[in-house]
Amino acid sequence: MLGLSKKDTRFLLIVIALTLLTPILLQPFPEGSGLAQFNAGYPDLMQRFAIFGIFAIGFNILFGLTGYLSFGHAAFLGVGSYSVVWMYKLLSYNILPGLILAVIVSGIFALAIGYISLRRTGIYFSILTLAFAQMSFNLAYSVLTPLTNGETGLQVYTDDPQILAGENSPTSPHLFGIVMRDNFWQPSVGGWEFTFNYGYYFCAIVAILAFYLSLRIFRSPFGMMLRAIKTNQTRLNYTGLHSRPYTLAAFVISGMYAGLAGGLLAAMDPLAGAERMQWTASGEVVLMTILGGAGTLMGPVLGAGFIKYFENIFSKINDSVLHGWFGWMPDGMEDAIISVSHFFVGKSWHLTLGLLFMLVVIFLPGGLVEGGQRIARMFRRKKTSDSDAEHHPKPAPHVGE
Amino acid sequence: MGILEVKGVNKRFGGLQALGDVNLSVAEQSVHAIIGPNGAGKSTLLNCLVGKLIPDTGSVMFDGQSVLGRKPHEINQMGISRVFQTPEIFADLSVLENVLIPCFARRDGAFRMHAFETVANEGEINDQAEQMLADVNMLEKRNMLAASLSRGDKRRLEMAMCLVQQPKLLLLDEPTAGMARADTNNTIDLLKQIHADRDITMCIIEHDMHVVFSLAQRITVLAQGTPLVEDTPENIKGHPKVREAYLGEAH
Repeated sequence: MLGLSKKDTRFLLIVIALTLLTPILLQPFPEGSGLAQFNAGYPDLMQRFAIFGIFAIGFNILFGLTGYLSFGHAAFLGVGSYSVVWMYKLLSYNILPGLILAVIVSGIFALAIGYISLRRTGIYFSILTLAFAQMSFNLAYSVLTPLTNGETGLQVYTDDPQILAGENSPTSPHLFGIVMRDNFWQPSVGGWEFTFNYGYYFCAIVAILAFYLSLRIFRSPFGMMLRAIKTNQTRLNYTGLHSRPYTLAAFVISGMYAGLAGGLLAAMDPLAGAERMQWTASGEVVLMTILGGAGTLMGPVLGAGFIKYFENIFSKINDSVLHGWFGWMPDGMEDAIISVSHFFVGKSWHLTLGLLFMLVVIFLPGGLVEGGQRIARMFRRKKTSDSDAEHHPKPAPHVGE
Repeated sequence: MGILEVKGVNKRFGGLQALGDVNLSVAEQSVHAIIGPNGAGKSTLLNCLVGKLIPDTGSVMFDGQSVLGRKPHEINQMGISRVFQTPEIFADLSVLENVLIPCFARRDGAFRMHAFETVANEGEINDQAEQMLADVNMLEKRNMLAASLSRGDKRRLEMAMCLVQQPKLLLLDEPTAGMARADTNNTIDLLKQIHADRDITMCIIEHDMHVVFSLAQRITVLAQGTPLVEDTPENIKGHPKVREAYLGEAH
């Protein structure tokens, strides 16, 4: 189906189902219970899962397949956001023209930056992309203030032209009248409350399309060439293939993904700030991809979800929440435990994330996906323990598993 | 007029004259060996042929066209394939994918944006690659990771990757370096068979006299960057200049 093998079609269907059921899957705990704060099924966060999933999928096309580590992808994210907000200001709050422009403009940016940066490989490439991203950040922050509104961030004002906005058109981002921040269904089943939001479903559909596109690229001759670049560029050149256009194409595609993600951020919340282009944002997508599993299809999405979950949920656990949890203990012990765990939750969630990242990189170099594969293999081995696995030649792992 | 004509090639690295006035003519469909002691300039010459190095002076003509100033991938597209001293393969890809890549390179040229096609649906290309693997007796290993192959199999795979492009000239840089005698003999048989089946011109750089005398029809002896003699294997064997270059003047 859709030009995919049976296995990939099944894989895609599972991904579609998971994405569409996210508002239910992320609300596992009933409202009012002590664990309710671990629920992540609210629109704002779910939108972020989908958007940063797209960002990481795109980054993975470059880093996962070709091995070129870009430290400047946040620049494209910012470019995407600015494009969308400008379209709001000039045309109307309809998100479609902005998103199209975001993809085009970030593609042009990626072409220019990639054309120069890809003359070098390895660490020099990373440094060049980092330099470009920091330049973009500084331009956006101070130099290009008329275009970006500097520190304040770009936003829509009442005196903006908005030439396409009609009398009754919505005053927040919408798609042909469907307002992104509106919820279309908020059922309450037993103690559970679910929120179905237009914005999330729009992001989810875009994310599914982005995922499908990346799946096609992984299975295409183009994707195979990109993987060949990662493993042996010398051989590729002596096989009659020019590696530069391949890497540049991958760079532009991943830049467009980043622009789309940035555009969606502004489509959910009509703001664009320079901090979106800062190097920490570039570093974050590298973490997402490596944490989930670089070069795998699902890994970057998992990594993105993982980090965003931490950022939004773990950071909310403050001392009073901890007191609630450990209140049953004797006082001295309670204080001791809380003073230790204080360093790992709440504002210090970065510390926990850092430790987890270290553990993953050391023990699971293939990321969370490798962890999943190992568990699956453990179960499979139990079933077929009598076969002599050691003495069979090792088949190549299928990309994207 | 040979398929490969090297005329007056000089190459200097700082104070070292790596190649001095090298002339070489490789006849079509022949097996031509270039031998010489360590540091004679064999690899430098080869690198000048494939575009990795550009000679300071002189000309390198392949099939009537100059290769100088062209990039390695352009020279490959002209019909020159190269086998490296240590096999250069795509270690993280499967054996079949290793052979598929040169098949695509031959059909589509140096770059094509085929991001919406599927490798599995390219029937003709897959058939070509599998046929090639069958020819080198590696078909049953097609789904293995190339990195997990034995050294001999890696060499075989690299050879298959070059041959599937149907090159006009195959350059081999010490194809048996570091191999045990049995593996060396297998490689000699493989090369003999390839030459018999496909009429490919081969240019071999080799250290091992056993390999050279089993395969070559013409031999060029290189010493200190200059060709000493070029002749048939029979005449090379007893040539006093060759003995001198290899064994030193005392002998």
